Amino acid sequence: MIPAEFDYRVAGSVEEAIGLLSGNEDAKLIAGGHSLIPLMKTRLARPSMLIDVARVPGLTGVARDGGTLRIGAMTRWHDLERDPVLREHCPIVAEAAGQVGDPQVRHAGTIGGSVAHCDPASDIPAVLLALDAVIVAQGPGGTRRIAASECFEGFFQSALAHDEVLTAVEVPVLDGAGCAYVKFNQRAIDWAIVAVAAVVRHSGGTISEARIALTNMGTTPVRARAAEAAMAGASGDAIAAAAALADQGTDPPEDTFAGAEYRRNLARVLTLRAVERAMGA
Amino acid sequence: MRITLTVNGRAHEVDVEPRDLLVYVLRERLGLTGTNIGCDTSTCGSCTVHVDGESIKSCTLLAVQCDGRAITTIEGLANGALHPVQEAFTSEHALQCGFCTPGMIMAAASRLNEVKDPTEEQIREGLEGNLCRCTGYHNIVKAVQKAAAAG
Ligand SMILES: Cc1cc2nc3c(=O)[nH]c(=O)nc-3n(C[C@H](O)[C@H](O)[C@H](O)COP(=O)(O)OP(=O)(O)OC[C@H]3O[C@@H](n4cnc5c(N)ncnc54)[C@H](O)[C@@H]3O)c2cc1C
Ligand code: FES
Ligand code: FES
Repeated sequence: MIPAEFDYRVAGSVEEAIGLLSGNEDAKLIAGGHSLIPLMKTRLARPSMLIDVARVPGLTGVARDGGTLRIGAMTRWHDLERDPVLREHCPIVAEAAGQVGDPQVRHAGTIGGSVAHCDPASDIPAVLLALDAVIVAQGPGGTRRIAASECFEGFFQSALAHDEVLTAVEVPVLDGAGCAYVKFNQRAIDWAIVAVAAVVRHSGGTISEARIALTNMGTTPVRARAAEAAMAGASGDAIAAAAALADQGTDPPEDTFAGAEYRRNLARVLTLRAVERAMGA
Repeated sequence: MRITLTVNGRAHEVDVEPRDLLVYVLRERLGLTGTNIGCDTSTCGSCTVHVDGESIKSCTLLAVQCDGRAITTIEGLANGALHPVQEAFTSEHALQCGFCTPGMIMAAASRLNEVKDPTEEQIREGLEGNLCRCTGYHNIVKAVQKAAAAG
């Protein structure tokens, strides 16, 4: 399968990419290409121009600035999985990156491409939601910071405008909180049927705060608010009871892998597993 | 568009359309048909090659994305003698029809570059992106273990 014809430009800077996007309604950015090229091969996407931003200087790597870790948008899963700063201070991002696709996919795909693509089954959006991450985008009018809770607007629909380039993702240094990303899929390389991201503050077996976000339980990643509320102050059996509320307020999809009821059950079971793992169990 | 690809150590200047996938340029323009096309949907791994030393599925990559980069295909893996993974695939009977083999070997070689002394689980994880329709996984894993031990 070969994509339809298009023009190809390599952007030397973010500004150049913005300029090219502004002048062409059907232009699209390309990073790793591992979401976009499959769509172009099947003609589900037919951009007239691709602007390659994978090699724009300054858009890769992880840097610590006080209590924040700034992840370059064009950092690949492979590099996130191994990044020592991330593994020490926000391991859930490295853990989720290591569960994306397979090694070949992780050598190509980027965090920024995934955030912009907004596939409800992709892994990193729920992690960013649980972390209260910030998405940094640059457009003709300057730089804008978007809260993760505002970024994933709908089915394959992010809050980015056509002429905005995602430049970084900012996540907090998690020192003192436990975290885990638990993904359930059928075959090794598959997307999640359901997955759960949990960030938990606790001491002596009692939870003070749990932030829980679910992958593929709706058209966007969602926070499990009822479970989160019940987790605050919970210990022992009360944690399991709180996890049983994880599917409240969700509208899970039905597909060849699973029906909605099965997904609801997975959300409850995986939430308990994720919270227990985040607490070091 | 004119691009430069260094394939198996040799620089090639090729005229490509932006929409040409790397796997087609390798097979049809450069005549390197060792890299197979199985699914054409980034699922099976039979098109795996190395770009700058790392495994990637060449059916899901535009040739223009690789401008200026170094590509290794199965034809270029042997360096005088067979690569240890190739050697072990023959001695451990790790291929049946052989269709998945070039991709399996490229994926395994990339894994061994990244993880020295891998556990069986790490080898299996490293091959997650590759399917063998003859289902010969057991001997494939044994071969990669043998290659890892050989260094
Ligand atoms: C076999 C296979 C298995 C996979 N399994 C998983 C999985 O288990 N979990 C998972 O989460 N993902 C999975 N993926 C998707 C993979 O992670 C993609 O690489 C990722 O979603 C997109 O990143 P990319 O860099 O490849 O983006 P691209 O495909 O290049 O781009 C995707 C979209 O983002 C836009 N874009 C790219 N860069 C920017 C930017 N800087 N600013 C604004 N917009 C931008 C593009 O215009 C396009 O619309 C899989 C993919 C494959 C092929
Ligand atoms: S042909 Fe590329 S992954 Fe199957
Ligand atoms: S040996 Fe036949 S597909 Fe693997």
